[in-house]
Amino acid sequence: MSETDDLAALREGTAAQLAAATDLRAWDAVRVAVLGKSGSLTGLLKGLGAIAPEARKERGASLNRLKGELEALVEARRSALEESALEARLLAERLDVTLPPRPFPPSGAEAGGIHPISRTMEEITAIFGAMGFAVAEGPDIESDWLNFGALNIPEHHPARQDHDTFYLPAGADGRRPVLRTHTSPVQARTMLGQEPPIRIIAPGRTWRADHDATHSPMFHQVEGLVIDRGITLGHLKGCLIDFLRAFFDIRDLPVRFRASYFPFTEPSMEVDIGWSRKTGELGKGSDWLEILGSGMVHPKVLANCGIDPREWQGFAFGMGIERITMLKHGMPDLRPFYESDLRWLKHWASDPLSPPSLAEGV
Amino acid sequence: MKFPLSWLKTHLETEASLDEILACLNTIGLEVEGVEDKARALASFRIARVVEATQHPNADRLRALTVDAGDGKFLSVVCGAPNARTGLVGVLAMPGDTIPATGTVLKVGEIRGVKSEGMMCSARELGLGEDHSGIIDLPADAPIGASYAAWAGMDDPVIEISVTPNRGDALSVHGVARDLAAAGLGRLKPLVPPSIAPAYPSPLAWRIEDPRACHYVLGRAVRGVKNGPSPKWLQDWLSAIGQRPISALVDVTNLFTYGLGRPLHVFDVAKVKGGTLTMRMAQEGESLLALNGKTYALTAEDGIIADESGPEALGGIIGGEPTGCDAGTTECFIECAIFDPVRIALSGRRHDVRTDARARFERGVDQALPALALELATQTILQLCGGEASEVAAAGTPPAWQREATLRFERLASYGGDAAVLPAEAVGILERLGFTVVARDAAQVTVAVPSWRNDIIAAGELTQAPELAADRAAKAAEGCAAIEPECDLIEEVLRIRGLNTIPPVSLPVSSAVPAAALTARQSRAVLARRTLAARGMLDCVTYGFMESRTAALFGDTPDSLRVENPIAADLDQMRPTPVASLLLAASRNAARGYPDVALSELGAAYRPGTQLQVAAGVRTGHTPRHWAEPSRAVDAMDAKGDVLAVLAGLGVPMAGVQVTTDAPGFYHPGRSGVLRQGPKTVLATFGEIHPRVRATLDLAGPAVAFEVFLDAIPDPKRRKRGAPDLPAFQPVRRDFAFLVDATVPAETLRRAALGADKALIVEAAVFDRYAGDKLPEGKVSLAVQVTLQPRDATLTDAAIEAVAEKVVAAVAKATSAVLRG
Repeated sequence: MSETDDLAALREGTAAQLAAATDLRAWDAVRVAVLGKSGSLTGLLKGLGAIAPEARKERGASLNRLKGELEALVEARRSALEESALEARLLAERLDVTLPPRPFPPSGAEAGGIHPISRTMEEITAIFGAMGFAVAEGPDIESDWLNFGALNIPEHHPARQDHDTFYLPAGADGRRPVLRTHTSPVQARTMLGQEPPIRIIAPGRTWRADHDATHSPMFHQVEGLVIDRGITLGHLKGCLIDFLRAFFDIRDLPVRFRASYFPFTEPSMEVDIGWSRKTGELGKGSDWLEILGSGMVHPKVLANCGIDPREWQGFAFGMGIERITMLKHGMPDLRPFYESDLRWLKHWASDPLSPPSLAEGV
Repeated sequence: MKFPLSWLKTHLETEASLDEILACLNTIGLEVEGVEDKARALASFRIARVVEATQHPNADRLRALTVDAGDGKFLSVVCGAPNARTGLVGVLAMPGDTIPATGTVLKVGEIRGVKSEGMMCSARELGLGEDHSGIIDLPADAPIGASYAAWAGMDDPVIEISVTPNRGDALSVHGVARDLAAAGLGRLKPLVPPSIAPAYPSPLAWRIEDPRACHYVLGRAVRGVKNGPSPKWLQDWLSAIGQRPISALVDVTNLFTYGLGRPLHVFDVAKVKGGTLTMRMAQEGESLLALNGKTYALTAEDGIIADESGPEALGGIIGGEPTGCDAGTTECFIECAIFDPVRIALSGRRHDVRTDARARFERGVDQALPALALELATQTILQLCGGEASEVAAAGTPPAWQREATLRFERLASYGGDAAVLPAEAVGILERLGFTVVARDAAQVTVAVPSWRNDIIAAGELTQAPELAADRAAKAAEGCAAIEPECDLIEEVLRIRGLNTIPPVSLPVSSAVPAAALTARQSRAVLARRTLAARGMLDCVTYGFMESRTAALFGDTPDSLRVENPIAADLDQMRPTPVASLLLAASRNAARGYPDVALSELGAAYRPGTQLQVAAGVRTGHTPRHWAEPSRAVDAMDAKGDVLAVLAGLGVPMAGVQVTTDAPGFYHPGRSGVLRQGPKTVLATFGEIHPRVRATLDLAGPAVAFEVFLDAIPDPKRRKRGAPDLPAFQPVRRDFAFLVDATVPAETLRRAALGADKALIVEAAVFDRYAGDKLPEGKVSLAVQVTLQPRDATLTDAAIEAVAEKVVAAVAKATSAVLRG
């Protein structure tokens, strides 16, 4: 019985010494005194060999248990001391935050720059701005209705499955909000928020549960919406051709329109630009590259948003901002856009003092 | 959807070339995904005979061949193939040909002194497999001089198109042919109903127990069939589109699925229990072993076809294994039904089973085709498998698909701008698409919609915004009902006619100089981004979601902002601040050997029910090394400098901005601040990152960050500026150094000095702060420069002294500071 007593005493003694250690140096002294090479516990473990074999097993088990307990105690004290040392340090480290900052930035101003996606959005804004478009916005988290229902994509519609939607937990109404899968909800927001005529673009973040070399779970689109009297397919084509030629700065860029289908437009068309598959040069060669989707606004979408399609007609389009950015600059890979790699950012960034301006050329 | 050209040509009578067909498909909305055309790459390769093969005079392993290319000329060809021999018939490449395997263009050459005017090719060189052991060795009777690809039957290109979700009818070769014919590329071959004399009563009967499962079904048995392999043409077609030929009966169902877009199913009559096939909803607990080998646990929402022993098919999606046809089948029963698209879509999604039948039923099949399709299928089975047909068994009522739509020519013209479509042309297109004219006058045409175009005047309710006023909603709905059928017709006419025919017209602008595209708030956001970039920060775009554990270091992570189906476990929580994303990015850069970064982002911070637009930034590491300015660690003042630059740039009146020290928990508690305008409005936060957060993110070096809440910044007021203050007298500047408690904010002292004489003092700025062992414990020295602006006369020394006394008194009163001697 005397054996267990000496172990209990060691446990209590160590606990008391640890409690008395108020800094890491004192703590370490206790640790070494107990668990170190010539520490008291280590001594007891070494002494095991001298004990009669029949008693050794039990004694060994008790010692091992105690060793575990002591190590835990020592460790707990260490983190407590470190914690209070940090608290003390934080308390001591006071900066008078009301002081004025230095009059100059800490790193060279020339080190900064604008991300290519931001740049493209500004260029898009400049060009469509010249055509009388205003910029409209909407949130990233949208209701099911704004993302799908308003846009004539009912629950069971096959098109909805193509969207790889991210969902958030259902709210009080039992419907799950979504991370918008396209910028098209801004169409509905705009039509509900203002009377026609409408002429807006809506650049912004969009989200789809898809991740590979050519898809990112978050990406950017720009939506366009024109509602007016007497708007024709000819206007849709003219508007997009004007944009594409200005954006890519190729005055004779070939643009092709192909019939397609989107639930929210009718007729719908996909738009291709001419390029050379061999060299990657835009405007050259005889190949076509799909670049955006568009169409005349579906009467159901107008009616869903309270606009009488007998009176108003219009068109809408949507295009991927990353895609046109990559094409314009010959950027090969989508993934680095979101990685914030300093080397990539420096390479592709543009000068903040030279924002896009039609006067200077976008 | 894939089909070989030869299959298309059984439905379309056309002289058009492959290129014309492809171009047309693209134009009319059946986008070409790809063409597998071996013949095109091999077009110039001809069958040729080796007239004589002799040993090359200068090379042991080469032979000199004389080759007859069939045009009367004999060519000299040097060849290294071991099987090159006199009399061999093979495939010849001529100078100018591109060798498919290597992409090189063949030229006339000379090999070790012997002229070589062509090349006899191996299978591998032609891209036809891996065989390179020798040159291609054709039968001796292969026609010399003929195209090899044509002779070998490789001239049947396989076209793959993507069919948009609205066009169930184009998921069939016949439907594609109809569209091409409508676009002027030939004539659609009509389906000719065969006459089949029933030889016996149907051994199976249909019963529709629940019309939700199926509302119309036909069936017919054929007995005495021999279910061997299907003929080569059918096997070739199916192989070409990636379907494995199985047996004649199964292959016939596929022929109809792809050929007519009409999925069929064949039961083995001997395996069906009880003589009746019942269309009903499944019961919970029932299951189906399907033809794909998988077992599906059915639900009460699944429509099934059952016999006495239970479910035998998931109706319209997949058949069951136990009653399927196999080599031993002698009597089959053909099922031809109409299913509800929505129910099929939901069932298919519930069980994640994708079949060609499902793809067609969920888009809608030809509502009037079942009777004809059953006749044609019976005929094909009789032809391929022999036997005799029973009477037709039917149940339910044929669907009512008939509907009409009216097109006003004026409205059609309004879509095309200047290029008005002629009424005759429009009506012609509609008729070729299968619409039938019901009535027509000079202004409009009324047509009946064909049974296969479920997308025209499609069923489907409006889902109007609930907040719309009732009268506005009703008027819009009425307008939609009136317009939509016409829009559907307009789409058809313009699609087939080609959207390229419509001339582009630039959008008219109401003013040559348009209004600004951005609102004041939007411009402000762009300006914030530019301001930061101009201060040396790199603008970033980062994901708005992140790992919830990391997000929790930066703020609340409510369940309402947790993504239910994240694409990866570390992208599951909408972030509380872009600072979190930027610090992660800084950590990644540090790991790449770049510990000194300045990153900013104009991005969202997510809160329950809303999102805030934040201009955020982080700076880590040290300032650059420079001869004139030693490198130092970035600190909270750098972040504060960034914030003030943004706020000043956005026109925030700085006089009213206050700093408090209650920044969020991810900052160092003693080295961070909040900029406020009034007690409630938080404009920005800034500070050093909390050491614990830094450690968690593996950021070894110093790190500071800031957030500017752009939504909190009041709209700039557009008002004219007053006249500038341009006094005639020079300002006077005086410096004061105060000894003050270290806990007194410098700003308190500065304001006291500024307010000491409102008439004369126009500016006060702290320009030095000293703390050290020369001063009493707990005290610091703060130095302030005060600027006095005389207005009426130059200040006398006495007047200046009086103001100085006021400054000292005011500062002492506010902060208990004493002037240092």
